[in-house]
Amino acid sequence: MIKVEEKLFQNRYRVDAEHPHINIGNPEVCQVECKTQQCTYCCPAGCYTREGNGRIVLITDGCLECGTCRIICTEFRNVEWEYPRGGYGILFKFG
Amino acid sequence: MDEKFDAIVVGAGPSGNAAAYTMAKAGLKVLQLERGEYPGSKNVQGAILYSDALERIIPDFREDAPLERHLIEQRMWVLDDESYVGSNYRSDEFNKPPYNRYTIIRAQFDKWFSQKVREAGALIICETTVTDLIMDRTRVIGVRTDREGGSIYADVVILADGVNSLLAKKAGFHPELHPKDVALAVKEIHFLPQETIEQRFNVGGDEGVVIEMAGKITQGMVGTGFLYTNKESLTIGVGCMLSDFKQQGTSPYALLEQMKSHPSIKPLLAGGEMKEYTAHLIPEGGYNAVPQIYGEGWLIVGDSGMFVNAVHREGSNLAMTTGRVAGETVIELAARKKPMSAANLALYRKTLDDSFVMKDLKKYRNMPEILHGNHQFFTTYPELVNRAMHTMLTVDGIDKKTKEREVRQDFRKKRSLFGLMGDAFKMWRAFE
Repeated sequence: MIKVEEKLFQNRYRVDAEHPHINIGNPEVCQVECKTQQCTYCCPAGCYTREGNGRIVLITDGCLECGTCRIICTEFRNVEWEYPRGGYGILFKFG
Repeated sequence: MDEKFDAIVVGAGPSGNAAAYTMAKAGLKVLQLERGEYPGSKNVQGAILYSDALERIIPDFREDAPLERHLIEQRMWVLDDESYVGSNYRSDEFNKPPYNRYTIIRAQFDKWFSQKVREAGALIICETTVTDLIMDRTRVIGVRTDREGGSIYADVVILADGVNSLLAKKAGFHPELHPKDVALAVKEIHFLPQETIEQRFNVGGDEGVVIEMAGKITQGMVGTGFLYTNKESLTIGVGCMLSDFKQQGTSPYALLEQMKSHPSIKPLLAGGEMKEYTAHLIPEGGYNAVPQIYGEGWLIVGDSGMFVNAVHREGSNLAMTTGRVAGETVIELAARKKPMSAANLALYRKTLDDSFVMKDLKKYRNMPEILHGNHQFFTTYPELVNRAMHTMLTVDGIDKKTKEREVRQDFRKKRSLFGLMGDAFKMWRAFE
């Protein structure tokens, strides 16, 4: 099992504490209605994890701001995605 | 700030910088807004710079642009699990200035480009996210930002806000991206001593090598991998269609990890220190997915407009070209005192239609569909070609004619004669 955290550890971030730029619209939809939960494996930063009861937990601190989760949530459009406030989020050193 | 500008450019990537530079240089009053701490801090690319597109904007860019290596060799690999079949093209012609292609590191390059935009006279404000377009009925008249009192007005707004382009979507200018129209690429940068890179890749001085890869590394998904040489680092990455990631259930970082462990790739990276991991979406829908790119008081440039030639791995040059052409369109209208209406800005689309940008996209317009429906190009063929090479190169007392028959049977068994001919026809049609 590859730990994506080890990769993200190399990156620079300016985390906007308490202002996540991505939110799950209705958590119940993810837990009950969404059978595929593709956000849990498509997100390249592993921001979405599935708990034992099927609940999806989203932690945006390691977000690479690619937009994948926004686009792959095709069935329920349950991802509310905005850019971080100016200056916050990932700070690419090399890009 | 209740100031009015001739033009506002949203975003400081290659397309936004090209547009802002072109307009500022011509004397227009230009404001450029960037959400990152500095231009480049949100931008990701492989990255290869194509000189031609930049030369048309800044002819003497080589004098001070941060360039890594000029490319003298291109390797194409078709990989099976333990092997690859490849072709190389290397030429000393590529060693004669002016060089045609360079590897670059985007955070550094974008900073340099942005400095040029500033010198040309544009006002650049960073750490500012544009949240909305200000509309007067159907006409864009300015932008709202996340700064206090952040409404700013202009005759025209150029959206260079990248692949996600939330602004254009919010305004209803183009529909949401579909997972089949975007590739997700992940990439790492590994640092190694300069001499090690030069020995390992058989290059000297500022010379560089590109390796483009296809085959089993994408585990059957439509996509490619790459490895580029920078001065003191290597970038390695892999990208596949988002719809395939979704269907396959593969995580992008696991795919990259597996690719890095391929016996032909691992030794090239050995001893390197990984210093950054990035991800980026690439709009690869091609010609048929290009949205409306102009309207009342607005233009769309770069990734936001799907300007990527996926077949030739070109994007930044299309970005710079669309940015420049958008800037020139605005300059021309302003000079003739014409309003920035949709009817007048249509000149932008027309100019692009007559340029390599739309001509190339049009040429490969059927490619996305063909690749989506024919995954054998990424699985069966790489396997067959590698096995054929293995059979022919293994010396084991079996005569060559028997070996040839074995190879032919292998191809027919896997893909049938009809399938083989069909695939050849499809590829011919797609490249025609």
